[in-house]
Amino acid sequence: MLLTSFSFKSNVKKKLVDPVLQKNMKRFGGRFVIARAEVMKEVDNLEDIRVAAAAIRDGILANLDSYLITFEERAQARGTTVHWAETAQDVNRILIEIAKANGVRKIVKSKSMVSEESGLNDAVAAADMQVIETDLGEYILQLADEPPSHIIAPAIHKNVEEVAELFSKHHHTPRQTNIPALCREAREQLRPHFISADMGISGGNFLIAETGSVVIVTNEGNGRMVTTLPKIHVAITGIEKVLPTLNDLSTILRLLPRSATGQSITNYVSMLTGPKGADDVDGPEQSHIILVDSGRSRLLGTELQRALRCIRCGACMNHCPVYQNIGGHAYGWVYPGPIGAVLTPSYVGLKNALDLPQASTLCGACEVVCPVKIPLPELMRVLREQSFEQRLRPWSERFSIGVWRTMANHPRVYARFAQVAARLLHLMGGKKGLLHWLPGLDGWTDGRDMPAPTGKTFRELYAKRKS
Amino acid sequence: MRVGLFVTCLVDLMRPRIGFATLKLLQNSGCEVVVPEGQTCCGQPGFNSGDRESGRLLAQRFLKDFESFDYVVIPSGSCTGMIRHHYAQLFPADPALQKRINALSARTYELTQFLHTVLHIQNLHSSFKGNITYHDSCSGLRELGIKLQPRQLIGQVAGAQLREMEKPETCCGFGGAFSIKLGDIASRMADNKCQDVQASGADAIVGGDLGCLLNIEGRLRRMGDESTQVLHVAEVLVGPEALADLGED
Repeated sequence: MLLTSFSFKSNVKKKLVDPVLQKNMKRFGGRFVIARAEVMKEVDNLEDIRVAAAAIRDGILANLDSYLITFEERAQARGTTVHWAETAQDVNRILIEIAKANGVRKIVKSKSMVSEESGLNDAVAAADMQVIETDLGEYILQLADEPPSHIIAPAIHKNVEEVAELFSKHHHTPRQTNIPALCREAREQLRPHFISADMGISGGNFLIAETGSVVIVTNEGNGRMVTTLPKIHVAITGIEKVLPTLNDLSTILRLLPRSATGQSITNYVSMLTGPKGADDVDGPEQSHIILVDSGRSRLLGTELQRALRCIRCGACMNHCPVYQNIGGHAYGWVYPGPIGAVLTPSYVGLKNALDLPQASTLCGACEVVCPVKIPLPELMRVLREQSFEQRLRPWSERFSIGVWRTMANHPRVYARFAQVAARLLHLMGGKKGLLHWLPGLDGWTDGRDMPAPTGKTFRELYAKRKS
Repeated sequence: MRVGLFVTCLVDLMRPRIGFATLKLLQNSGCEVVVPEGQTCCGQPGFNSGDRESGRLLAQRFLKDFESFDYVVIPSGSCTGMIRHHYAQLFPADPALQKRINALSARTYELTQFLHTVLHIQNLHSSFKGNITYHDSCSGLRELGIKLQPRQLIGQVAGAQLREMEKPETCCGFGGAFSIKLGDIASRMADNKCQDVQASGADAIVGGDLGCLLNIEGRLRRMGDESTQVLHVAEVLVGPEALADLGED
């Protein structure tokens, strides 16, 4: 996916004044938030499950190499070919090699965020093969030629009118805005592709080490078509997605759908274990898994390792007041919201996404809902520390922090400075006590007045009263 | 009981009245209150900008200034959260210092927490005319669990009617340096908050953190709302008569 995280601030400016996006984000607003809160009432020991889930994920990350090797052995024993992709480019290369070796012309694809990291669709198209997204949201975005803006609801930034427009234009059908009818229309378009495709690509929510299975958690049913109808199935997923056992999966599954869409369980939970067996009536003849590193292993053993616990539910972005106001595209890469503010700089380089760890008030709403207890504000702060230490932030910011630090550590100087500032700003505030503009603080005063100080500092008044 | 008052840098510079209201509330409850002179700031602006060193310097300063008190009280959930949750982490290689910090932070309270949970205040002898809506500042709410305490205390203020706004727990967009670095987003978040405040029909928006209050007031006034009062919870709890006595000259 084309990276624009380095221009986060200008992306934000555009998104905040985009009336359609703003309307769509308001409409989306609290839907997932309310649904999650409602469905969590079913779980009487939520905190215990979160603790258990975090411990499961931490245990895997501490021994990721051995779990991956076990997974590879078990998957191979069931007839799956396991491929290792060190970089995003390797993902595209491996996939195209498999396709070329089998004369693949047409590929159907169910949702895979990992494939967005490498821009797989464009690479496949450049290799003269047709790829069709079959997740409804992703299908809409493929028609619109746009990237996803949310990890589980990729087209959340679009409204029904926009979808109606796209369908009518691309399907050459009469424009309709009835949602069930639009779904039927998409189904009618997609069905022939499922039947005629030579290859199906899916993501993988989890890899089960003890069985060598790939687990996909979906709602629309397209995932099952993609993974069973074509002769070749390729699952693409990150190396961090391993779970030791099916038992662990059951713990995580109590949290994932509830945290994500506010469902007790999704419509489909598919366990894909190798190609079609001798006695099976259907299933793919070839089963492949591409395990993607692409920056993940760099986080192991660092403070940021905890970000790899992520099970991609999207709750952090759903609850983030920054995400709610700017939408996912502003973040400029595959993963938006708080988890994106941590993963994007980690995967594409801090200097390419310098503003993302700053794009949070550290309000903590994300951490409270994270099913695997990722301390997202703390991790954003870790990245802020790295930016500061590597001198990546603007000199003016580093300079002001330096001056402030020295003064704050010298109370007399500090008191004197505060005294002068309080007076000066008080005078500037005039009768109403409001500053409409302040040099260097236009980030504040562009959208808000700055209430002026009342004239004297507490310290000054207190000393006077005591004497 | 000897209480050290940490005034906070924002109250010192912008609204000394809040500091005096806090002082008065504590004295009214029989505390002996001392305001150590060496205090400046809790260190959060530097710490959240990635400068751990400033956090360490100011944590040590805080320890030096306040270690001798029975309790430390702060009219801010955000500064209290910094001390309680982040100070000790700043010294991973010094367990002895961590131990001292932990012991002090366990005695460090946000104002409403202290009045409610430590002093068990039941009668405030304060009054307010009008409807109040309470904004739950993020650090107070999520790091310290402050939710019921200020509401219970406001409930003791004669004439004060609590009217909850929609989403009182949603961040107002302040976030310290965030409010300047990413001012566009901060202003939009403040705008959403102000609309919720106005829709609640409250005469006053009250909160426990001056940073949030300045952000909300700044947006309200820019929107042309000059009537909604913006008050720190200490100002409401101490009452109008005491507040008039506090003066600022």
